Amino acid sequence: MALDVEAIREDFPILRRKVNGKRIAYLDNAATSQKPLAVLEAMERYYRTCNANVHRGTHRLSEEATDAYEKARANIAGFINAQPEEIIFTKNATEALNLVASVVCRQAKEGQRILLTQMEHHSNIVPWQIWAAERGLELGYAEIGEGFSLSGQSVLEGLSGSPLIFSFTHISNVLGTINDAAWLCRKARQAGAYSCVDAAQSVPHMQVDVREMGCDFLAFSGHKMLGPMGIGVLYMRRRLQECLPPFLGGGDMISSVGFERSYWNAPPRKYEAGTPNVAGAIGLSAAIDYLRRVGMGKIARHEKELARLCVERLEAIGKARIYGPKKRAGLVSFNIGSVHAHDAAAFADGEGVQIRAGHHCAMPLVRMLGEAATCRASFYLYNTEEEVERLSHAMRKAQRALG
Amino acid sequence: MDMMDAERIYRENILDHYKRPRRYGRMEGADAESEGANPVCGDEIRVWLKLKGERIEDARFEAAACAICTASASMLLEQVVGKKTRQALGMGRQEVLALLGINPGPARLKCALLPLEVLKAALKKPASKGGGKDAGKG
Ligand SMILES: Cc1ncc(COP(=O)(O)O)c(C=O)c1O
Repeated sequence: MALDVEAIREDFPILRRKVNGKRIAYLDNAATSQKPLAVLEAMERYYRTCNANVHRGTHRLSEEATDAYEKARANIAGFINAQPEEIIFTKNATEALNLVASVVCRQAKEGQRILLTQMEHHSNIVPWQIWAAERGLELGYAEIGEGFSLSGQSVLEGLSGSPLIFSFTHISNVLGTINDAAWLCRKARQAGAYSCVDAAQSVPHMQVDVREMGCDFLAFSGHKMLGPMGIGVLYMRRRLQECLPPFLGGGDMISSVGFERSYWNAPPRKYEAGTPNVAGAIGLSAAIDYLRRVGMGKIARHEKELARLCVERLEAIGKARIYGPKKRAGLVSFNIGSVHAHDAAAFADGEGVQIRAGHHCAMPLVRMLGEAATCRASFYLYNTEEEVERLSHAMRKAQRALG
Repeated sequence: MDMMDAERIYRENILDHYKRPRRYGRMEGADAESEGANPVCGDEIRVWLKLKGERIEDARFEAAACAICTASASMLLEQVVGKKTRQALGMGRQEVLALLGINPGPARLKCALLPLEVLKAALKKPASKGGGKDAGKG
């Protein structure tokens, strides 16, 4: 394999931990990733040397903090080929998606439509439901067709209803399906709809270029890509920043405030009210430097190889139900015979293997699969074939005990 | 803290009640019934009761649930049949864990306690269908 995984693992102190006397095998990366020393150190350095509030002080520390914060923004923008001003910092992907729903729906007219898909995370369903109830909007869902992929026909049918926006996930966190985001955005544009991409599972694992994709909005979380928790990103196309309303009100998002009304600051600050998570932005920027050094292409290939091996091993157990397309991202959802996902995860934990069991914040989709819960193993750059073998071993044990 | 290995949780008695749950299967003409789910993990369970005065005369359940939850339901219903409803309502976490003989740990505690929750809910709202009081005489 092209990655020097052993060297990479040295950078992640948590991977030396033991659980049940066994070395940890962390296979829950779709939930959150571990953090390399470079990220932890960058954040500590910020707090130790130049912590101050940004955009307001006229003193040296505030200047340095502002500079570090804006450099982080520029670095993150470069990573997805956006302009720095198009990067809005949020708490996480969820807040980014809520921001989109809020600014798009607040002025919507009753009866207008929102198009989603059947493979969305709750964070790309619930905000729309809230606004649909508030404004009397209609929700539609493009269907999953053959082979766990979106049905192109269902997408086109959904778009033929002239929705206000089409919001969809780039990579499904349950199925590992990689949607053709560029095609979906193009079709949305042709139908006169905004396009919003939930990239929480894609930006951490593959090269994403917002210009090539042609999206209007794109959301992701820092914590799933080696960065800290509490920092997320919304890319918003420049033109839309000018014409859509602000999200939260408060300090920093205004240029002038009177008792009657206020004037909004220039974007992106129009969308960033209050003191931001400066250390988080700096940590995420360090994470991006780390990912760049390793190489996104190499990471994607490594994960896909692990996912392929994982499917092969699980199939060999027999009675495995594996959900997702052949050409999948680096994650595998499955159940083994009659073993409940929770029990399977407990057996994995017994071997030090950390996997997720549940509905993965996608209850409608997991129900469609006919399961109450599934197990999910999700990989990242520091995972090894040996860890996949240990998962397979634990699943055999579970099958023997409970199957 | 880390002693959560599978062998310790999935002991003989738990596996036995999971694979051959007692008092399993739907009950017709129940005097009380209730269902519950643990949305985090997808455990679902339904409980039916036959009541005679103050006493639980029969109890049944069906579940699509993990081993801990299923075993807990099986042991619990086995325990409460013949008991006074008051006694069942007085049961709590301690009693359930004593039946199971293990502490499943914080992540699985909900699975273990779901059956008791559903049982209590059933006892608190006897079935309105099937003619109320009359159903008890069937
Ligand atoms: C596809 C997808 N969208 C959105 C989210 C939400 O991310 P966060 O919880 O960081 O806001 C997740 C995370 O689980 C996800 O997998």
